[in-house]
Amino acid sequence: MAVRVQHEDFDIARETAALRANDPRVGAVALFVGTVRELNDARAVTTMTLEHYPGMTEKALEAIVAEARERWDIYDALVIHRVGELKPMDQIVLVAITSAHRGEAFAACQFIMDYLKTRAPFWKKEQTPQGARWVDARASDDEAAQRWASER
Amino acid sequence: MASARTVQLVYLARLRERFGKSGESYELPEHVNSVAALMRELASRGDAWAHELAPGRAFRVAVNHAVAHPDTPVAPGDEVAIFPPVTGG
Repeated sequence: MAVRVQHEDFDIARETAALRANDPRVGAVALFVGTVRELNDARAVTTMTLEHYPGMTEKALEAIVAEARERWDIYDALVIHRVGELKPMDQIVLVAITSAHRGEAFAACQFIMDYLKTRAPFWKKEQTPQGARWVDARASDDEAAQRWASER
Repeated sequence: MASARTVQLVYLARLRERFGKSGESYELPEHVNSVAALMRELASRGDAWAHELAPGRAFRVAVNHAVAHPDTPVAPGDEVAIFPPVTGG
């Protein structure tokens, strides 16, 4: 299990290969990759700056992954989140899960993303032709995370 | 030189810009021992502080890197971060 906060891009194929290397129990790998959209709320995004709270971020991500491991029978988990300046189409976040079967891998992957969206201290600031603006939190993200609490 | 009742305040993202700094050492008044009391104290500075930390405004607080609630204790030596709802992923 690993969480990484980094400026550099990541290579999905390499990360996936490393995650399941030497583990013949693995029968399923689920991946989620979040990327920068060129349009957000009808405004063109020229660049996006991602800020985080060093010290808390890693702890928050580790706690989310630990909770996923308690809920589902997964073998390994990897979360990579980029910070700094990104452009449309750039990769922002990777969540990768290995397990014996797809159900556990899919569920754990979605859970980690839903909780990351509402609990991990990252903030996006968009540069647009009309000026810079901080991205607002979405109520739908809170609802997505809340769903897991009621399913418990 | 930090006194015995100092806490480290950290401001992030939009709130860092609104408060005009990324953080400060803060002398914790004797009667302030919770997140709610600290927020009231900071809001009493007026201007952006009063506006952003008013009841009902959407902001989050972490004490020593853990998500905090209004009744979470605050003690000298703590690191208290104030930030907007998160938007990563």
